[in-house]
Amino acid sequence: MTAATRAEGQRRWAPRPLIANRTARWLVRLLVLAYLAAVVATVDVNWVRVAEGIERSGRLLGQFLRPDFASRWSDSRIGILESVTMSLVATVAGVLIAIPVSLGAARNLAPLPLYLATRAYITLSRTFPEVIVAIVFVVMMGFGPFAGLLTLTFASVGFVAKLLAEDIEDIDDGQLEAMRATGATWWQVVAFAVVPQVMPRFVGLSVYRLDINFRESTILGIVGAGGVGATLTTAMSRYDFDSAGAILILVIAIVLVLEYLSGYVRSAVR
Amino acid sequence: MPVRTVAGRRAWQRTSARTSALAFTVGVALLGLVLWSWELIARQTIWIFVQDAPEQALNLFERMLPPRWAYAEALLRPLWDTLNIATIGTLAGVALAAPVALLAARTTTPHQSVRAFALVVIVASRSIHSLVWALVLVFLVGPGVFAGILAIALRSVGFIAKLLNEAIEETDPKPIEAIRSTGAGPGETIVYGIVPQVLPAFAGISVFRWDINIREATFLGLVGAGGIGLQLNASINSLRWADASVILVAIFAMVLVSEWVSARVRSAIT
Amino acid sequence: MLEIQGLVKRYPTGDRALRGVDLTVPEGQVMALIGPSGAGKSTLIRCVNRLVEPTEGRIELDGEDLTRLHPRSLRRARRQIGMIFQEFALVERLSVMENVLSGRLGYVGFWRSTLRRFPQADVDLAFDLLDRVGLTGFEDKRADALSGGQRQRVGIARALMQAPKLLLVDEPTASLDPKTSRQIMRLITELAQERRVATIINIHDVALAKRFVPRIVGLREGQVVFDGPPAALDAARLTDIYGDEDWDERPEVDVDASDAAEPSEVAA
Ligand SMILES: Nc1ncnc2c1ncn2[C@@H]1O[C@H](COP(=O)(O)OP(=O)(O)OP(=O)(O)O)[C@@H](O)[C@H]1O
Ligand SMILES: [Mg+2]
Repeated sequence: MTAATRAEGQRRWAPRPLIANRTARWLVRLLVLAYLAAVVATVDVNWVRVAEGIERSGRLLGQFLRPDFASRWSDSRIGILESVTMSLVATVAGVLIAIPVSLGAARNLAPLPLYLATRAYITLSRTFPEVIVAIVFVVMMGFGPFAGLLTLTFASVGFVAKLLAEDIEDIDDGQLEAMRATGATWWQVVAFAVVPQVMPRFVGLSVYRLDINFRESTILGIVGAGGVGATLTTAMSRYDFDSAGAILILVIAIVLVLEYLSGYVRSAVR
Repeated sequence: MPVRTVAGRRAWQRTSARTSALAFTVGVALLGLVLWSWELIARQTIWIFVQDAPEQALNLFERMLPPRWAYAEALLRPLWDTLNIATIGTLAGVALAAPVALLAARTTTPHQSVRAFALVVIVASRSIHSLVWALVLVFLVGPGVFAGILAIALRSVGFIAKLLNEAIEETDPKPIEAIRSTGAGPGETIVYGIVPQVLPAFAGISVFRWDINIREATFLGLVGAGGIGLQLNASINSLRWADASVILVAIFAMVLVSEWVSARVRSAIT
Repeated sequence: MLEIQGLVKRYPTGDRALRGVDLTVPEGQVMALIGPSGAGKSTLIRCVNRLVEPTEGRIELDGEDLTRLHPRSLRRARRQIGMIFQEFALVERLSVMENVLSGRLGYVGFWRSTLRRFPQADVDLAFDLLDRVGLTGFEDKRADALSGGQRQRVGIARALMQAPKLLLVDEPTASLDPKTSRQIMRLITELAQERRVATIINIHDVALAKRFVPRIVGLREGQVVFDGPPAALDAARLTDIYGDEDWDERPEVDVDASDAAEPSEVAA
């Protein structure tokens, strides 16, 4: 595309444009400019405040980098523990529920009505952000980690089921047919032809979702659904950025551990 | 060894006794951990509220339905803001992510210590939830769309840079060597050897992140960082549930449309 | 034993793959089904175990009409019908032994099979078959670690695990080199005759068919146009089946001796 062809004599060369049609190209450029102009016109920025902010951010960063683990330790400890336990239970429950749902959402295995029903659930659960779902659950269940647990489970089912179903739809039909041809029942076909083929992906998805669930669990406390989010917001609203920094460092450390774990598990199941 | 000879007949087991024992132990340990976690959550839960949940849910739906459609008109501006937060935030994130990725990739980093720093930036950006970023930025630059844009940008940097970093490390070294052997400097090597190879992946990742960002921009308003979340928060706080359901429908539609657009654009790119 | 009468298959796309096929295969007979690409060979054998639903006609196995069976009795019928595939269709991530044992799925219940607690008699049979197809000691290898020839041997063992009355074989050698092809053909025909299993082998390689199989049926555009012993399959008959071509000029390569690569259609 951008081969270094030299211009020889009169022949000129320019890189191939992304959009071939000249008019379309200009139209797109114009639209982009118009959009940016509209944005500039509608987003008002309080530059005085921003200037203050830049100055304040230095102090903030300084406090983050000198974290104070001690002063809110008992709250942070409980919060982090709650986040970890919530995400663990939600991942296990979500993944277990996602298995049958994904079978229903795989076009090559499920009858149409079941397919449509499971796909509707998947779309619903994947569209709404976890915090918003959590608000609804808190209204129904009251404050506490149980609402958070339900939120994360609800979201995990949709997430895992969707990706797993895609994987099931991609499996090798030959292996399915071979098992059917032996006189195997539907469940035996699933156990012998589907499970082995999707296992590595399934394990990978599960640990990945654990990672996501943990990260989400750190903010559900903002709407009262348990986890370390409540402590974190309290610390921030009181400008205890050194305590907040301590919590964030813990969160980052746990995410790192989870990422390492997921890499290890994924390479083990291949 | 799965094959043993028992009384002259060859017996077969799928796994050796040791592997089975190990799997059993890991399974039991995991189960114990999950049960213990559940126990912890259960102790924090007020079960009377949970028992009450079906009634609460019914009550909630009664108040939400029918949605007060007239309210939709008031949502146009918040939706526009949400779109801008996601789009401009993604653009800013992309602009920041490209250099970070170049510094983080083994093949392009100028120095190991720079690489380590870039990796820390990536991990921190990814581990911290956009809602936490939003909290910090509202404190720094004041509430509003601008804080939302910055939050989305800072959260996206790590995501985009991580994937881009992987794409860079997977580039084919041969063309890069060829460019270098023409006497090109490091900048030219990047422009001619690496950029053409990772450009499609880069574009794909950015569009993918934009779609995620639309979803995230819908709730930043919960902490004052602009977008439709602001209206959601206000309507819930004042118990205007018929308005809240209109907002939920709007969020649902917006996320679905963005997912569709993103899928279309990505399939057009690759 | 196998009696096919007036078999018609129309695909939803409108393709008329079979246009009234009559065919009888007695017990223990091995026959080859030849014909140009698209003649309907695969469709025919897939109709027999109903991986493809026939449109019209009867398919009787020992007097039972397979076309009318409901799911449960269809599974019962299928376990008497072994199948061997061109692309082997092994479960790649399972071991050789698990693949072979999967031939017993129709006989063993869900939990026993899923927990891999197959009856010792099945395990004995599996070991015997692995010995017979020349894969002694391969039980624990994963199927994706085998060569093409080895995979097809596993496929053969799996099909015979079913103790089938009828064996359906769809181009068993199309993905293999000439020498392995002959070994596989020899193995299939020998085992079929040993165990008196009626066998239908779809095959493109006419020379291979003539060499190993006592009865050849030619299919063209969904109809039987030839049925007889290899000796009767002369140039004129080949033209009936495949259309015009200078058949005599085609050298009958002795592939055992030479390792000349045959043009294969696997690349497609
Ligand atoms: N699933 C299907 N849907 C629609 N048409 C099909 C399908 N499978 C086969 N056909 C059509 O039916 C006809 C017979 O196909 P079939 O696969 O049985 O031929 P074949 O003799 O096995 O060919 P080959 O030697 O290439 O394997 C062809 O015209 C084919 O296009
Ligand atoms: Mg065929």
